Amino acid sequence: MSLRSPLGKVLGAGSAKQGVHHWWMQRLTSVALVPLSIWFVVSLLSLPSFDHATVAAWMGQSWTALLLILFVLTCTWHSQLGVRVVVEDYVHGAGARTVTLVSVMFAHTLIGAAGVFAVLKVAFGAAP
Amino acid sequence: MPPRPLSPHLSVYKFKYTLTTSILNRLTAVGLSVGLLLLVYWLMAVASGAYAHARAARLLSLPVMKLVYAALIIAFCYHLSAGIRHLVWDTGRGLERAQAQRSAWLVVGVSIALMLLVGYCAWLAGARAP
Repeated sequence: MSLRSPLGKVLGAGSAKQGVHHWWMQRLTSVALVPLSIWFVVSLLSLPSFDHATVAAWMGQSWTALLLILFVLTCTWHSQLGVRVVVEDYVHGAGARTVTLVSVMFAHTLIGAAGVFAVLKVAFGAAP
Repeated sequence: MPPRPLSPHLSVYKFKYTLTTSILNRLTAVGLSVGLLLLVYWLMAVASGAYAHARAARLLSLPVMKLVYAALIIAFCYHLSAGIRHLVWDTGRGLERAQAQRSAWLVVGVSIALMLLVGYCAWLAGARAP
């Protein structure tokens, strides 16, 4: 048994200096998503049709492609930060939690990369 | 790990409607994460060409998907309104109990209005292009 007080054990150990990073990124991405998501919903619902030619032509426009990439990346980041907290809150047990967190991270990386890849492929005219 | 109190101790709080707005915010967030999956599936289908897109479109235009889209519209409108409420809180404003109770109703009202608006536009878009 140690005679050091809990406070004495941690004093001077220093912080990792990233205590607010997660919180701040969640806020930054949410501020960015307000205009981005509104733009996305409005332009999606203004499409005259959802057939392949129309959607590909829409995705291929420079500004649409750019905003779509920003939207997918910001959504993915925001979602990753959020789902991470949900897992940390509800998945107990170190093993299960680590496995879930790593899967969540991998899944989001895949989603983000796939979204950007798809938009670029169409925008650069490489979609068949 | 030492036995610390774990964060969402939902059962220890006395129920108040403001609690619902918080739970709904998280619930809609998880729903929208699933929606992101759908979005990327759709984008990949478009990038894979007309044939792959036609196959994905058959799946995405199943009658049951209308329910999914309706749920996504509801989740989006709520999460957007509740998210803006959170951003206002982050500036240190509106945290008094009476203010938070008022803004809870405001979020419900605004998000229902948004749901009706977006839902109507989505219905028009669906009618234009089934």
